[in-house]
Amino acid sequence: MSDAPLLEARGLSLRYGPIAALDEVGIEIHPGEVVAIVGESGSGKTTLLRVLSGLLRPEAGSVTYRDPEGTPHAVHSMGEAALRRLHRSDWGFVHQNPRDGLRMGVSAGGNIGERLMATGARHYGGLRAAATEWLQRVEIDPSRIDTLPGKFSGGMQQRLQIARTLVTHPRLVFMDEPTGGLDVSVQARLLDLLRTLVAELGLAVLLVTHDIAAARLLAHRLLVMRHGKVVEQGLTDRVLDDPQHEYTQLLVASVLAA
Amino acid sequence: MSAEAGYNFGYLDENTKRMIRRALLKAVAVPGHQVPFGSREMPLPYGWGTGGIQVTASVIGPDDTLKVIDQGADDTTNAVSIRRFFARVAGVATTERTGEATVIQTRHRIPETPLREGQILVYQVPMPEPLFRLEPRVAETKRMHALADYGLMHVKLYEDIARHGHVAISYNYPVMVADRYLMSPSPIPAFDNPKLHRMPALQLFGAGREKRIYAVPPYTDVRSLDFEDHPFRPVRADAPCALCGSRESYLDEVVTDDRGGRMFVCSDTDYCNTRQAAATQEAAE
Repeated sequence: MSDAPLLEARGLSLRYGPIAALDEVGIEIHPGEVVAIVGESGSGKTTLLRVLSGLLRPEAGSVTYRDPEGTPHAVHSMGEAALRRLHRSDWGFVHQNPRDGLRMGVSAGGNIGERLMATGARHYGGLRAAATEWLQRVEIDPSRIDTLPGKFSGGMQQRLQIARTLVTHPRLVFMDEPTGGLDVSVQARLLDLLRTLVAELGLAVLLVTHDIAAARLLAHRLLVMRHGKVVEQGLTDRVLDDPQHEYTQLLVASVLAA
Repeated sequence: MSAEAGYNFGYLDENTKRMIRRALLKAVAVPGHQVPFGSREMPLPYGWGTGGIQVTASVIGPDDTLKVIDQGADDTTNAVSIRRFFARVAGVATTERTGEATVIQTRHRIPETPLREGQILVYQVPMPEPLFRLEPRVAETKRMHALADYGLMHVKLYEDIARHGHVAISYNYPVMVADRYLMSPSPIPAFDNPKLHRMPALQLFGAGREKRIYAVPPYTDVRSLDFEDHPFRPVRADAPCALCGSRESYLDEVVTDDRGGRMFVCSDTDYCNTRQAAATQEAAE
């Protein structure tokens, strides 16, 4: 890991009326690092993700992204065109509900090809080959390349969404509860797949989850949020094995042992 | 011919024409970009060419010669009535000859005879937005045009090839104008798309119901979208014209009886008549 962070946020604040969704939040992600944000519902996890990815503008604070040449860019003052370009090349976003991230009226192959076409790929055979390869990588039978995502199971849809996001080899992927709404065995397979892909591609991932087990499996570092504040952060094993803050202790204690 | 009393020249009042001309100037300055304009009520229903008529009324002058075609034909109801309309309210000369016309209003075709500098081709456009079947939100399509974010259109072409083995768009085939704006060429057959590219004549597009005007200035690059390994191919019925024998022109299939009889004839009546007359003359000599 290099010393310059890929994405860096300082002093982020955002209020929804009287509720502080974000209260002076700072975060850093380095290339190739997986950072998990855990916390209960309403603690500001998803808001933080949306602010960091430029979808939502904070009331105070700044988010800086460093491009492959090492030039820093302020995410919230870069303009819509540049932000879109970033979102379809360098960044990826995996939604909790695959229906938000997929085009349900377009075949699996078309879904995977969309980001490639948006960045200028104009060779049908090449797009087909990339789609086949990625279907294999996410363990979907490549013969279903022309199937509509609506015909897939929930777990397959989520894997398709991951293939569609990773096909352009982004440097940074935002994931909002990627295992939410899936049953336990499917979750385990998905986590396994994610862990393999993240290691193979050297991705930096910002993972929002309330699933402590998922965080332990995937993340290098962990941030615990409560009421819009980061109450504790550190290496995943350190935070989970030796929680300092009382809320983290509660969180770790509430995990059901199988 | 003189114009009927009681109407302003070209039916529209001068202020409306000025407003439309301003929109036209902007459209010519930004090729392929859709410019909103205050479309007026015209004495015919939306969908019958109100946009084209308003554009024609704004650019036509007393010395112009007007030709109107509908699906390539000069003698169909819509073409005849629009031609008569302008003969009445503007008193301009009308013609069926492509070469003699200075302003040509068209629905669904580009004439076979190549157009030259100084001519104006006015298209009647039902739906100016090329993305409307793919993205239902107008605000979002505007954003996509502003950011030149056209990946979605290629997804549609990809889906066509995946399902049918070729791009299954036979008319209204989307084009890129001057490498910047995605544009609907109006429902002309894909066969006519290559004629848009670097045409010497000025091309104006009017959509009356949707209240949009756009333009392709002379000698502008217009490219049909395609893939490197699935290049754009104009489609034509594989037959000669039954009347003039042309193997180059775009053909209409005409059912002649209820026992499966059919014939292929040129859709451009002026082109077909000219060729037939030339053939008759040759035979007589």
